[in-house]
Amino acid sequence: MDAKIYNKVRRLVLLVSPWLILLALWQLIISASLVDRTLMPSPTEVVSKFYDLLMNGRLLGDIMMSTQRVFFGVVSGIALAVPVGFLIGWYKDVRTFLDPVINFFRALPPIALIPLVVVYFGIDEPAKIIILFYASFFAGVIVMYEGVAQISPIYIKVAHTLGATDWEIFSRVIVPLTTPHILTAFRVALGVAWATLVASELVAAQKGLGALIQSAGSFFQLDVIYVGIIAIGCVALTMDLVLRSLTKRLIQWQDRVEAQ
Amino acid sequence: MSLERIRFEKATVNFNVNNQLLRVIDDISFSISDGEFISIVGPSGCGKTTLMNIIAGFVKPTLGKVTLDGIEINGPSQNRGVIFQEYGIFPWLTVEKNILFGLTLRNSKVPKDRHQQICSRYLQLMGLADFSNSYPRTLSGGMRQRLAIARAYATNPEFLLMDEPFGALDAQTRAKMQDLLLEVLQHERKTVLLITHSVDEAIYLSSKIIVVTARPAKIKEVIDVPFPYPRSESIHDDPQFISLKSRLRDLVMKEYEAQQKISNI
Repeated sequence: MDAKIYNKVRRLVLLVSPWLILLALWQLIISASLVDRTLMPSPTEVVSKFYDLLMNGRLLGDIMMSTQRVFFGVVSGIALAVPVGFLIGWYKDVRTFLDPVINFFRALPPIALIPLVVVYFGIDEPAKIIILFYASFFAGVIVMYEGVAQISPIYIKVAHTLGATDWEIFSRVIVPLTTPHILTAFRVALGVAWATLVASELVAAQKGLGALIQSAGSFFQLDVIYVGIIAIGCVALTMDLVLRSLTKRLIQWQDRVEAQ
Repeated sequence: MSLERIRFEKATVNFNVNNQLLRVIDDISFSISDGEFISIVGPSGCGKTTLMNIIAGFVKPTLGKVTLDGIEINGPSQNRGVIFQEYGIFPWLTVEKNILFGLTLRNSKVPKDRHQQICSRYLQLMGLADFSNSYPRTLSGGMRQRLAIARAYATNPEFLLMDEPFGALDAQTRAKMQDLLLEVLQHERKTVLLITHSVDEAIYLSSKIIVVTARPAKIKEVIDVPFPYPRSESIHDDPQFISLKSRLRDLVMKEYEAQQKISNI
């Protein structure tokens, strides 16, 4: 067989098989009655529920709502994390000044802040985004700061001897060197933000995947909970894939060690 | 008598290491004339690199002064190309873009329509033409070295400062790179300062060798190399080359041992 086709098929099998195995295990647990049927819906039940929710528009609305919140939370969090992480990584004084404070707040779980956020920002949209912003900022700022601190001074020295001005050193040396770290910060923040989403939507949300799961929990609609969880996973995975392909395109110069 | 360009006047450099004053360079005076190829030889850790960093503009002497054409050196400039020990090839730029980097800066005096021509010339000269669109990660050590030279040459600096440029290369590549450097210098005369601890390399390449002592670096001896340019590999067998080499090696070995003692304390 053509080696190229073989590799493609092989890749496809490797990509798809873990999902099939998970599905099969799930079905097996149901078929073998290993768990009380009232405690676990079957894959087909979840799929049909998924279809129902999709058709009556509820699910799409929830996905849109949550994605939008995650998007705004992460974008605003990273927008602040990039310059702050940069300043901390670059200037020793700023590091001494900000590092302990940042590490103090970073250690606080966002969920613990929800009551305070409700008190100060109410229960509307800003409250949820603020929690996601908080989570994204602290996840991103550490990645940025570590990344910037690792930039080798040799490139800046070389640029100086070639006649670069300070601005040129920033725009043509530091920016390209930090781009990979910005993208990593984005990916880390996205992961954290999705993880925090359910918590943020506990703040009296009417819509959103977290709210969907939350309300289904109160009515013991396990199939809906499964649909919500799977939807979160799918959207988060899609966002990560998009970011990864963007990363690949933007920083194809980087050495990527790949084992055969 | 050729024109004097760079002058060290009683230059001393102290570094602050762990709140202790460390004297790296001690009262050094010498000058570099236009078109000279000067090698600085001495034990590692003695402060040779600091000497280069002063000319490059990264370090200012604590006492005394260092001038270029009579004006004190104050920061790096495109006029003094530097080739660092670790090359500092920009990994995010292709080979071609690395060479173009200096040309496309605001300070560059080279008109835009000549950039491509200069770039191709050095790609050709350094044997990198087939790799112009590759990223540096795909290059071998020797190729990175040549790229570093091409990049430094592209902006046409009057001075070339090199810090152990061939240190990381294997013996064959090293010999080839030395010949290539001599050949390129034959086309475009520059004033060169080379830091090395290879006695052989210093004699083969330079017109004048400055032997420096263990830290703090002082000038131990200045030796004029009697061989005219262009040079070829065969001068390695010249009796004069061999006797100069053994004399120089004795000088360096003594300082090397002295440096060992300092480092062990």
